[in-house]
Amino acid sequence: MNATQPAVSIKGLSKSFKAGVTALTGIELEVRPREFISLIGPSGCGKSTLLRIIGDLIEPSEGSVEVNGKPAHRARLDHDYGIVFQEAVLYDWRTVSKNIALPLELLKWNRERRAARVRELLELVELEGFEDNHPWQLSGGMQQRVSIARALSFDPALLLMDEPFGALDEMTRERLNLELLRIWDASGSTIVFVTHSIPEAVFLSTRVVVMSARPGRIAGIVEVDLPQPRTGRTREEPRFFELVTQVRELLAAGGAEVT
Amino acid sequence: MAAIAIEQPRRTRGADTARGAKRVALVIVGLGVFWGLWEAYRWIGERLGLTWPFTVDEITMPHIHEMLSALTKPLQPGGPTLLHYEWQWALFTGKEALIGFLLGGAIGFALAILLAHSRILRRGLLPYIVISQTVPILAVAPMVVLGLGTKGVEPWIAVSVIAAYLTFFPVAMNTLRGLLSPDPRSLELMRSYAASRNDVLWKLRLPASLPFVFSALKISATASVIGAIIGETPASIQDGLGGAIVNFNQYYSTAPTRLWATNIVCAALGLAFFAAVLIAERLVLRRAPEHVA
Repeated sequence: MNATQPAVSIKGLSKSFKAGVTALTGIELEVRPREFISLIGPSGCGKSTLLRIIGDLIEPSEGSVEVNGKPAHRARLDHDYGIVFQEAVLYDWRTVSKNIALPLELLKWNRERRAARVRELLELVELEGFEDNHPWQLSGGMQQRVSIARALSFDPALLLMDEPFGALDEMTRERLNLELLRIWDASGSTIVFVTHSIPEAVFLSTRVVVMSARPGRIAGIVEVDLPQPRTGRTREEPRFFELVTQVRELLAAGGAEVT
Repeated sequence: MAAIAIEQPRRTRGADTARGAKRVALVIVGLGVFWGLWEAYRWIGERLGLTWPFTVDEITMPHIHEMLSALTKPLQPGGPTLLHYEWQWALFTGKEALIGFLLGGAIGFALAILLAHSRILRRGLLPYIVISQTVPILAVAPMVVLGLGTKGVEPWIAVSVIAAYLTFFPVAMNTLRGLLSPDPRSLELMRSYAASRNDVLWKLRLPASLPFVFSALKISATASVIGAIIGETPASIQDGLGGAIVNFNQYYSTAPTRLWATNIVCAALGLAFFAAVLIAERLVLRRAPEHVA
């Protein structure tokens, strides 16, 4: 992959649904390689729709999306991205190991190669010892880590995450935030992360894309200049609160009810 | 980061045995209660001279111990016991039912896979599949036996076809439901991997359908036995339980216990089929207990 080529490039994108609802309009966004981008906005602003368009899971009405310099459709066929949903979406007849190996099976990796890769990933997401457990035997946070390991299994350049920690309790969420940053650093991937939590967006991201609703559009982009690597302390720094306030004000200006 | 303690699989061999023993005990208690109710109703009915809904006497409600002892008595003087014959009949009917069960299961399964892949076929074929089951089996059976008979097919195979006719429907319906059961996210995940239709079938739809398939097989297991018994009637087959029932029906007023004994054997055969599916399910499905239908 060319280092100067954008990881994701979105031009003039809009999306209307059959019912006549305009979900997204006039979206322009460029994501650089190794960036951690958060999409934040009120419900109904189309942030999940935008993520799915990047992943070629739904098609835009207008405009173009390129991933790694290729049309989104080509990029999906080339396995250029991994995706993590709000629910872990694990197949409960498969063990943890086999869930992680699912994409590798589809890519026709042989057994030895799969096993070796799964071991690496179990270590990465700190689930050693749970490889033979079934999903229902794991807590929500552990399930989500399996889901992240699965998305990373084939080493995609781009990771798409749709409110991955939205269903988890606050403490698990903060811990997984730190883990995700470590994984991001270790894997060298680009992340596009959908969330509705302002502190989470600021804590994780290099840039926060603030969206507004009806129709969904980009209200502004906040550069997060907090030092890397982020730690538990980052959340206590004055600059963190300033950035949180900045995002909050952009959301309010975009018409969102911010509590 | 410390790993959170999780609930390990709780089952141990000791707990399994205890649970099994408890279950067997419950079945025995249940049979005992049924026996008691039967005898109590007969006793009270005879005392009060009940005539509604039926007259209670030796013919309508033989003692259960007499039904069982009928099995140990020779069918003809000096010949083998009734139980000996029942065993032969059960093997014969069991063979018909098993072939029918396998045939119907395979057809139902294949049909479900076909229907799962085409909305047009679903719309077009489903009504006819449903209609096939609204036609009384008693009307279909002679046609099958006669039709296949003219082609030189052995009558017992025609009976298997009738059993298959009853078997395929629950399998087709439930498997179809199972194949269509994966939620949109699971399918979206497959799409994100650019998985082929075949991959989606083998890695997602089929495994997701298995609990549904086993639910259907449990229904079909007993239905195939019923199908085989009913199928023997128009085929005039004398070697199975269906033939025996027709036969004993004619002598009911003089020897009611033989018909009842045969009913018990039929029930036992159906239960054996059911139990076989249950064991297969246990072996194949090792997943969350709440996911086992």
